[in-house]
Amino acid sequence: MTNSNIILELQNVETYYGKIHALRNISCTVNKGEIVTLLGANGAGKSTTLRTISALNRATAGKITFMGEDITSKQPHEIVNMGLIHVPEGRRIFKGMTIEENLELGSFTLRDDVERKRRMDHVFEIFPVLHERRSRDSAMLSGGEQQMLAMGRAMMTKPELLLLDEPSMGLAPFLVKEIMRIIVRLNKEGVTILLVEQNARVALQLASHGYVLETGKIVIKGDAETLRQDESIVKAYLGE
Amino acid sequence: MSTTDIILQQLANGLIMGSFYAMVALGYTMVYGIIKLLNFAHGDLYMVGGFVGFLILSAISSLLGESWTAIVCSMVLSMLAVGMLGVIIQRVAYRPMLTAPRLSILITALAVSMILSNGVMTITDGEYMAFNTDLGFDGLDFGNVFISYTQLALVISASVLMVILYLFVNKTLYGKAMRAIAIDQDACKLMGINVNKIIALTFFIGSSLAAAAGVMAGVYYGSLHFSMGFVIGLKAFTAAVIGGIGSIPGAMLGGLLLGLLEAFGTQIPFIGSEWKDVFSFGLLILLLILKPTGILGKTEIERM
Ligand SMILES: Nc1ncnc2c1ncn2[C@@H]1O[C@H](COP(=O)(O)OP(=O)(O)OP(=O)(O)O)[C@@H](O)[C@H]1O
Ligand SMILES: [Mg+2]
Repeated sequence: MTNSNIILELQNVETYYGKIHALRNISCTVNKGEIVTLLGANGAGKSTTLRTISALNRATAGKITFMGEDITSKQPHEIVNMGLIHVPEGRRIFKGMTIEENLELGSFTLRDDVERKRRMDHVFEIFPVLHERRSRDSAMLSGGEQQMLAMGRAMMTKPELLLLDEPSMGLAPFLVKEIMRIIVRLNKEGVTILLVEQNARVALQLASHGYVLETGKIVIKGDAETLRQDESIVKAYLGE
Repeated sequence: MSTTDIILQQLANGLIMGSFYAMVALGYTMVYGIIKLLNFAHGDLYMVGGFVGFLILSAISSLLGESWTAIVCSMVLSMLAVGMLGVIIQRVAYRPMLTAPRLSILITALAVSMILSNGVMTITDGEYMAFNTDLGFDGLDFGNVFISYTQLALVISASVLMVILYLFVNKTLYGKAMRAIAIDQDACKLMGINVNKIIALTFFIGSSLAAAAGVMAGVYYGSLHFSMGFVIGLKAFTAAVIGGIGSIPGAMLGGLLLGLLEAFGTQIPFIGSEWKDVFSFGLLILLLILKPTGILGKTEIERM
């Protein structure tokens, strides 16, 4: 079953934090051009899944393939250079540095300053509010703006695949809408997206299909339509 | 001597000592900022830098004499060599300890410090080494105040190196990556930054600045001793804490401030120069009680 359309594939991945068995036998696939969502309650292992893909955590067993290449034992920065970018939980922007500096660091591996400028202009076009404040300390930004900066910073690498960990966390409903609109826009521009969300209803509106995690295991998978309509699933696993 | 003369003379003395402190404090603070290690071996790199500069100067003096050209050459070569030594120490001694409890790496740093100072002690038989130069004793004579060209050149070289460092850290992508690692290492990895490489670069820069200061100290004092790294290490630590440990402008400011405070401290009635060290370490204690984050330091809460 080789499918050239597959951009990311996890096969029987296991991850531990010391003795804590955080991920058990995780297998999932993301096709090029899709938005796929990973759902689950607090502590289910969603962030750990993303951290294992981007190699911040090590898989102790299993295999992770990105664009046909085995990345299971690669270093985080090598994976970034292949076009897989992880926007972590809590944004993790560089507070104390300006917005412009944050974005520049996003394009750290790029040596071409003209291209850097072009990408930054593109980010500023998507997030005009960042442009207005580009020389300000990023610590001064509101939660929503910080999320925009984190996503903009990731866009500076021109990713093929973007891992987004709860981009809507702590945001007012109108901002959640704004962020979701931008996710759709990035996807239309050709970026494949793996979206981790607590807000299942919102995520299932964007995604083509989804996985539900429970205590480190995938318990349900299916297309978004099915997941959305199955009220029992929504009630049992999506915390509503 | 009039009061103005005393002030001017102490200002000059303070600036010279302050530049040494600042240059050593920079390495201290950069390493702390990036891996939260108090590198006790840092003062010893200053000492090793002095000796390496001395060796190189002796080797090339037949060609270039002991002129400024020769001294600048020895300083640059010593900076490269000690910079590499710093990188090797980081790679061999510190990197394996990064995941161990904090105390282990601190003890490792103490061990490295002892290896370096005892190593040089063995090689030099614990003797003072004369650091001869033929720079002469000319200078600017303002009547009662005298500043030699050597002193002037030392302050200028130190300033040039610090300006270069400042520009590097604030204007180049590698410099920005260094600051970013001090803020959030994982986030840096997710930007495609090879964190280990940047840490090595930080050790290189910090160690080479210490080496430059070591060579300058050799020129200034005219002699070298294996134990010279110990006190300057403590002073540089004090300077770094005064400025706010982890802050690069803080280390520069803290170093200069400490140099000036010591210079003027010796003028306070009943506090002669023999009380200089008591004065600076008293200051350290006072500061740790009153404002532990230093002048330009951030609060710990913000860092987390
Ligand atoms: N650094 C860590 N050390 C030890 N255990 C951890 C660590 N990080 C996470 N865990 C544990 O691993 C499990 C999965 O955590 P993870 O953060 O992946 O959950 P999550 O689905 O992202 O939750 P949330 O919705 O709260 O973000 C939890 O049981 C958690 O306690
Ligand atoms: Mg999470």
